Amino acid sequence: MNQLRAMATAGFLAATVLPAAAGDITGAGSTFVYPILAKWADVYRKSTGIGLNYQSIGSGGGIKQITNKTVTFGASDMPLAPETVKKSGFVQFPIINGADVPVVNLPGIKPGELALDGPTVANIFLGKITKWDDPAIQKLNPGVKLPSMPIVVVHRSDGSGTTFIWTNYLSKVSPEWKEKVGESTAVEWPVGIGAKGNEGVANNTANTNGAIGYVEYAYAKQNKMAYTKMVNQAGKTVSPDADTFLAAAAGADWISAKDFYVVLTNAPGDRSWPVAGSTFILMHEVAQDPVASGEALKFFKWGYKNGKQMAAELDYVPMPDNVVALIEKTWAERFKASDGKPLHLSAVAR
Amino acid sequence: MALRAGTLVSVRAGTRARALDRLRLSDIVFRQLTRAAAFGVLLLLSGVIVALMVGSLPALRTFGLSFLMTERWNPVTEKFGALAPIYGTLVTSFIAMLIAVPIGLMIAFFLTELCPQWLRRPIGIAIELLAGIPSIIYGIWGLFIFAPFLQGTLQPLLIATLGHMPGIAPLFSGPPYGIGTLTAGLILAIMVLPFVTSISRDVFAAVPTVLKEAAYGVGCTTWEVARYVVLPYVRVGVIGGVMLGLGRALGETMAVTFVIGNAHRISASLLAPATTISASIANEFTEAVGDLYTSSLTALGLILFVITFIVLAIARYMLMRIERRIG
Repeated sequence: MNQLRAMATAGFLAATVLPAAAGDITGAGSTFVYPILAKWADVYRKSTGIGLNYQSIGSGGGIKQITNKTVTFGASDMPLAPETVKKSGFVQFPIINGADVPVVNLPGIKPGELALDGPTVANIFLGKITKWDDPAIQKLNPGVKLPSMPIVVVHRSDGSGTTFIWTNYLSKVSPEWKEKVGESTAVEWPVGIGAKGNEGVANNTANTNGAIGYVEYAYAKQNKMAYTKMVNQAGKTVSPDADTFLAAAAGADWISAKDFYVVLTNAPGDRSWPVAGSTFILMHEVAQDPVASGEALKFFKWGYKNGKQMAAELDYVPMPDNVVALIEKTWAERFKASDGKPLHLSAVAR
Repeated sequence: MALRAGTLVSVRAGTRARALDRLRLSDIVFRQLTRAAAFGVLLLLSGVIVALMVGSLPALRTFGLSFLMTERWNPVTEKFGALAPIYGTLVTSFIAMLIAVPIGLMIAFFLTELCPQWLRRPIGIAIELLAGIPSIIYGIWGLFIFAPFLQGTLQPLLIATLGHMPGIAPLFSGPPYGIGTLTAGLILAIMVLPFVTSISRDVFAAVPTVLKEAAYGVGCTTWEVARYVVLPYVRVGVIGGVMLGLGRALGETMAVTFVIGNAHRISASLLAPATTISASIANEFTEAVGDLYTSSLTALGLILFVITFIVLAIARYMLMRIERRIG
């Protein structure tokens, strides 16, 4: 039910799983995806006896480890560009979706009371809007009494998939942001104070009057932070919840995207939450250890099929069924054993 | 008889030689062991230096000397410059020393000259405990209690008063964030206080009583004794203590990361967020994607290593001089 508890369980799991048996699946990367992978692994091990040894060292570390072939899969919150995927000989596919929400600390403003749109948020984070009673914010919130207070921007100081989703969204809605700052897991912030981790941003926002930050949705929800609504691409004002995240994931054009290079931000559709994203799995196309790769794929397939409820409980958004079918088709086409034959996927197909 | 005695002697001499050999052998083994331990440290140190140098080569080759002189830190375009972290490191440490040194000296003087005997131990122990608190605790305390407190009290006061004073106004301008350069400096001041205090106390105690008695005898006040007798006598030793404290302030990571605001910018205002070398590394290393980014962070580490090395070398030199003098 609760992500923190899941993390505690996961920590316990890691402790018990780490002295891994030879047949265990090894992976490394994104911290964002860790709670759900750990939860899946726990249940999966009970039914199959095969465990998961996942090091949540961050997306950058995950990419390094899979490049060096020290793990069977890497997990990254930022998709690699198709050229990079091709050059490295990876297969890339999304495993789960999540979302960012803006959180604010304004006296008298309750969760969900304030609404913002992309260009306004971009201008706040560019330092062009500096007061809360700026006409641009007031126009989006008729009837809300906004204080004449300086805006304190809070951003991540560490590299993060949360930051990638956030800056990718701002780049899509503001040409100026795209040109001046751009998108990545870490950027050169024009204004604001940096804090480490979701909890750092949350605490700094909670401690500073007039602050605005962005955190992963589960974090805002479980800590009952004052999130804001957003105006999406269709011009509709939406609240962050499972429905609007799913709408964003379902509306994306996964089919024509090479290597599933899709970022769910600024998704079309009336119900879509505009700041959503996915975590991607990276594996070598030509498996060094076909058995290990096969086991990993079996685990992912199991997770897509049986892990939806667990994902929802932890406030993740599972992949839609049509996307999963596409992913499994890609597996069959792309993965090869080291002798050039297709990876033995009969077990996976079962 | 004589023959037997001779055999006995030679047998004794044999055991004696063997025993001596054994002792000599154990001596040799012991000597080699200690030498290996000592050389091991040298090996480790040079290993660290070499690793840092090799790691930072790509960054230094790409940016050259401009790495030390540019403020930009842009992971997207891969343009990196170390000036902002270097500036933040030096300024926060400077603030820390500016506050910790006078207070530390006062505490040390009070403890050695004025404090009643029964109070010396509690205060001394309290100061040593201050040194024993893990830095993460300072960080958490700084973020949750100290920073909001500063945001509500000291910072608005500074902005309202010093912020309007001609000359130093830019240092205290801008909104009170709570966290920032000044807050980091204050936390560091608390953290280095025990270093400055305990070393000063030791060197103060080394001042010959006869000098102080003589000064009091000719009618000096306590302040005059402290200023014109004790301080000049121990000046070099105190500087050594200050340098050791400075070494700690320069490298402090966790506490600073929590309260400095982690922004790669050089601001005129002390209330604005900034970053330090160690805070940047701690924040960004895990998620740094790409060789140049990682290498730039390693190069930051190398710079910090050099700065700290210089500071510690000066400290050793100063301490050596005072030891020779009072020795």
